[in-house]
Amino acid sequence: MTGGTASGPADNVIEVRGLITRFGTHTVHDGLDLDVRRGEILGIVGGSGTGKSVLLRAIVGLLQPQGGTIRVFGKTVGDLSVDDRQMLERRWGVMFQDGALFSALTVCENVEVPLRVVPDLGDALRVALARLKISMAGLPWTANDKYPSDLSGGMRKRAGLARALALDPEIVFLDEPTAGLDPIGADAFDRLIVELRDSLELTVVLVTHDLDTLHACCDRIAVLAEKKVLTTGTMADMMQVDHPWVHEYFHGPRAHAAMQSGRRKE
Amino acid sequence: MPATSTPSHSLTVATEAEALVLAGALTVWTIDKLPAVSDRQTRVELSGVDLLDTAGAWYLACQRQAGAELQGLAEAQARLVDVVAAALPVPEPAPLVAAGLRAFLDRTGRNVVDIFRNLAELAEYVGRFIASIVRALRHPSEFSLTSLVHHCEETGIKALPVVTLMAFLIGIVLAFQGAAQLRSFGAEIFVVDLISISILRELGILLTAIVVAGRTASALTASIGAMKMQEEIDAMRTLGLDPDMVLILPRVLALVLMLPVLGLIADVAGLVGGALMSWVELGISPAMFTTRLVAETSVDNVIVGLSKAPVFAVVIGIIGCRAGMQVQNDAESLGTMTSSSVVQAIFAVIVIDALFSIFFAEVGL
Ligand SMILES: Nc1ncnc2c1ncn2[C@@H]1O[C@H](COP(=O)(O)OP(=O)(O)OP(=O)(O)O)[C@@H](O)[C@H]1O
Ligand SMILES: [Mg+2]
Repeated sequence: MTGGTASGPADNVIEVRGLITRFGTHTVHDGLDLDVRRGEILGIVGGSGTGKSVLLRAIVGLLQPQGGTIRVFGKTVGDLSVDDRQMLERRWGVMFQDGALFSALTVCENVEVPLRVVPDLGDALRVALARLKISMAGLPWTANDKYPSDLSGGMRKRAGLARALALDPEIVFLDEPTAGLDPIGADAFDRLIVELRDSLELTVVLVTHDLDTLHACCDRIAVLAEKKVLTTGTMADMMQVDHPWVHEYFHGPRAHAAMQSGRRKE
Repeated sequence: MPATSTPSHSLTVATEAEALVLAGALTVWTIDKLPAVSDRQTRVELSGVDLLDTAGAWYLACQRQAGAELQGLAEAQARLVDVVAAALPVPEPAPLVAAGLRAFLDRTGRNVVDIFRNLAELAEYVGRFIASIVRALRHPSEFSLTSLVHHCEETGIKALPVVTLMAFLIGIVLAFQGAAQLRSFGAEIFVVDLISISILRELGILLTAIVVAGRTASALTASIGAMKMQEEIDAMRTLGLDPDMVLILPRVLALVLMLPVLGLIADVAGLVGGALMSWVELGISPAMFTTRLVAETSVDNVIVGLSKAPVFAVVIGIIGCRAGMQVQNDAESLGTMTSSSVVQAIFAVIVIDALFSIFFAEVGL
């Protein structure tokens, strides 16, 4: 199902080189390299606690790494002026692992927040666009006026996605988008991501433990282990890697089931 | 096609006979320049559009829904319009809301019911507290002494400096104000009675309770509320731990133990402050102050004062814990519950003090 715009190595929207992150004495990444190409859907996999979320936080500049460089659209995150940084932030959207919605705002108001930077957008138009995004993320109309605490975990994820997509960013970072969704919902979510990528030419970086998602939508997969990106490649490449963890991951019983259902869909 | 670094990339709008001709960027940044969707247009000419995002696609989808024909879209753009059109939200009728007088009556009714419900719930929590004491007496192993000691330190020892200083200053103020009035009658020595009775009977314990209500009720609400938000309390229940035993009992019991002690210390500090000021201002020596105090002030005053302490303690603790248990899953409610628990606790302390005054006056103590 790989249908991304294959492009040359020069067209990397994100380049991470020699990333080192540490919490106290605990080193999470040690010399990590990662490239993300324009228009692809990159899946990041790895065991719990291997630092996938930390990697995302470092890329979007929420966390100051101890070493290495991170370049997004050719600009080094971390030493940008305030204006450049705002410009850059407008070009990506982030969906956090558990939604991270503003609890004092309704779902609709949450999605309106990023739209408020558009200077000439009237109130009615902003609300209409927010509602469109909410509907595109697969939430029913009644969710608009609910508060995040009144939503289920899966609905909060969708609301988080709607907020991340509000300004049509070029890159979206999704931290475990389908974890905690029912299989039908997760399927729809996978399709939604591919659809949005195809129609908006998004670049998507998603962290996931969900093998079905990897099969259904990822063009390339990066495996995080031993404090670095162990290997990157397509699903077919992954099947050839003989690192024990990678082998276990892609050849386990769950992987088989996912692969078969993936074939059936194709 | 992705939005470039110039989000203001411009849009040109022209209207021909029955067609709307758009060219340039049709994005969230330019959407306000578009004419409102109406059914007058039958054709939208789009071959000049080089930038389209979901906001623009939404506009086009609305146009198409209103009956216009979209022409000249590139393939990817047409797909985007289709995706958006498929997701166009369908409004559902909003539930009826009462307005005007009806809304006012509705709100008032709800508030009154809420007040009674709150009172009933407070009574419920007092009952649960007593039940957990009984349970702790019957099954001492379920009771955590460590936790009790920890909360005694938090609510008692750590409040000591502020309570002592406050009572000392109140003693000084009373002596100072009393001296000014009594001197004009030549009745300076009565300042001792003034200070001792007002501090021992009322002010020492009342002000201590108010300080503790401010400090501890908010801390209780915040700590229990944070646990509630993280679903820790639900987790406790599923693990067979009773939140009443684990959370409420040690906290409230610590207050019940510590508030009388704090009140007693406040009494002493207030008398010391008063004696000091009497000495400086009126020349009543500490020895004279003590003699007069022992001779004229009945120990009943101290008993009356301190007997209120456990009641204040239970009320402060219960209000704080209950507010914590009522915190919902959002940060907002943690804030509202914390501030409302402080207000309720202080208010309750003052009301109960008034009731005690009436009670003691009736029984003649
Ligand atoms: N703020 C922090 N302070 C200290 N250590 C942290 C902090 N954030 C993350 N860590 C540590 O960094 C490591 C990686 O955490 P991270 O959240 O990135 O894991 P993950 O790969 O996303 O796991 P999961 O799949 O469970 O979400 C963990 O060992 C965690 O303990
Ligand atoms: Mg994570």
